[in-house]
Amino acid sequence: MRRPGLLASTWVLFRKDLLLEWRSRARVNALVFFSLATLLLFSFALGPDTALLRRGAGGYLWLALLLSSVLALGESFRVERENSSLEGLRLVPVDTRAIFLAKGIANAVLLAALGVLLVPVLVALLDVRIVLPWARLLTIVGLGCLAIAAPGTLYGAIASHARARDVLLPLLLFPILIPALVAAAKGTALVFEGDPMGQLPSWIALLGGFDVVYWGLGVVLFPRVIEE
Amino acid sequence: MHEVSKRYGARWALVRLSLTVRRGAAVLLTGHNGSGKTTLLRILATAVRPSSGQVQVLGVDPTRDPDPVRAQVGLLSHAHYVYEDLSGLENMVVLTRLLGEPATAAAAAMERLGLDPRDDRPVRTYSAGMRRRLALARLFLKQPAVALLDEPFVELDPTGVSELEARIRELRAAGTTLVLATHHIEQGLLLCTDRLHLDQGRSIAA
Amino acid sequence: MDATMRRGLEIAAVVAIACIFAYAAWVGLVWAPPDREMGDVQRIMYAHVPMVQMMLLAGTINFVASILYLFRASWKTDALAEASAELALVFGAIGTTLGSIWGRPTWGVYWAWDPRLTTVAILLVAYAGYMALRRFVDDPERRAVWAAVTAIIIAVDVPIIYFSVKWWKSLHQVQSNPRTVDPQMVHALRWNISAFFLVFIAFLVARYRIALAARMRETTVPEASPSARQVVVS
Repeated sequence: MRRPGLLASTWVLFRKDLLLEWRSRARVNALVFFSLATLLLFSFALGPDTALLRRGAGGYLWLALLLSSVLALGESFRVERENSSLEGLRLVPVDTRAIFLAKGIANAVLLAALGVLLVPVLVALLDVRIVLPWARLLTIVGLGCLAIAAPGTLYGAIASHARARDVLLPLLLFPILIPALVAAAKGTALVFEGDPMGQLPSWIALLGGFDVVYWGLGVVLFPRVIEE
Repeated sequence: MHEVSKRYGARWALVRLSLTVRRGAAVLLTGHNGSGKTTLLRILATAVRPSSGQVQVLGVDPTRDPDPVRAQVGLLSHAHYVYEDLSGLENMVVLTRLLGEPATAAAAAMERLGLDPRDDRPVRTYSAGMRRRLALARLFLKQPAVALLDEPFVELDPTGVSELEARIRELRAAGTTLVLATHHIEQGLLLCTDRLHLDQGRSIAA
Repeated sequence: MDATMRRGLEIAAVVAIACIFAYAAWVGLVWAPPDREMGDVQRIMYAHVPMVQMMLLAGTINFVASILYLFRASWKTDALAEASAELALVFGAIGTTLGSIWGRPTWGVYWAWDPRLTTVAILLVAYAGYMALRRFVDDPERRAVWAAVTAIIIAVDVPIIYFSVKWWKSLHQVQSNPRTVDPQMVHALRWNISAFFLVFIAFLVARYRIALAARMRETTVPEASPSARQVVVS
């Protein structure tokens, strides 16, 4: 029997990761409510000034996603650690780059779904209007979630095998995600408020560049991270 | 392997251990808890790299290129390498797909170890013995050239133990090299040709 | 070279560095004239600029050592990476604090979202995470690999952070060109940069030795028991 190549292995593992998320949908639901609660908390922390809330909406969306991502990433490596399944995969053997790609894409898909779910809530709660075409918003959400997922998956693998993993993951992840956060939040704000200066393409380019750099680094570095 | 040592944190699990196992041999690995049996198996299975020393498995240095070794070595470990939220069959199918085997092999391997592939409950609901059988099904699906078994008899009921003994004999007949670590010394001696006793990470008798 | 001679040379080097540092401090604090607009506050620059530069140097050393480690594992490059990361954190933290003390009377605020300032601040948090990772992993090999990976991820982020903050909000403050300022000030700054560089090197060497000694202690294999021998199983 021929063993599957990189793409085929990635596809098998990606379906496995999605199936795991579907099977544990109670935990995914909890994640949804966590992100909703975060959005609500931002509103209460800032007071009922609608204009102010609306101006910050892009930032709140991405902060809610960022905070949720730490939980999602921790969870996605908890299931691998539970019975040392990650080690099991390594010993099959599987191309370790496929493990990274599958996990990273599955995490990005989960976050993007969460993002798409949060947008209507923003519209209802903060009276946000989507001025630019929907496709722009979807592009930003997609690229932004990919930007969180690539270093997130790399650091998730590291943190899940270290002590104090719950503190370590955000401590490692948040500082380096700042450029992606800036670009995604600014881009989203432009979609909500209009883009008279034509700045949106440069933010999208920045996100795209971030994605290319970190997905590339992830594919190269992840195999080194999970070997013992 | 030559002068192999492995450290976990500040503790040395194996200390300058040298060992050669010929192809087709069957070695019984004994020793107290914490004597280094599991570590030795995990190094041979390329699950961990030795902290120092050289290892060769099937003529290949796994620290340089682990994949050819991994393709031919099967490790039965304390951790069962299964996903709790998937059913037994789903777990096996992931493995067959990654190995490039037909999906039917997954069900067949489960049946051979007395598990029902149509059982769609998640592994989370399995008993300890069923998990152990599933882990064994994973191992035998791979048909390894070198089988490394870490305490294979624990958690199994008496029929499970005798079935497993029969499976191990089949493997031996097919020329598989066997390293078996267990506290059930009588059962182990029936299956193995040689014995290695470990004490505090050092070999003291062969 | 025997141990006593080496020890003597080391003490001589430390004394020499201390003298140069003291002289540079005198040049900066007394000899150089006060700034026409900012007054004596400007003298903070003689410490702030060198310290931030040393932080960038430390970060570069950390990046290079980490890449080298991944290509060829060696405790030396791992120890160098650890030493340089810690120095980046120390020099960066003091340098940034000095900068914000300077900023209060000059800009009217302790903190401004200037791209360079913000990039350094983000880097400090990132290196704090890096040091935490080193503390939280017990196995030396895994610690070294993971730290190297983290260092590369951080270093690659530096230009992206800089540009994102620049686009985000560009709050002026063009870098001062040495030619537009008083030559005495340039002289003072050069002396201080050299002095801080020597201090940096001394710290780096000392910290590197500690890290390497700690690694050696962790990884030395104990002796086998007398009964150990080659075991052949046929």
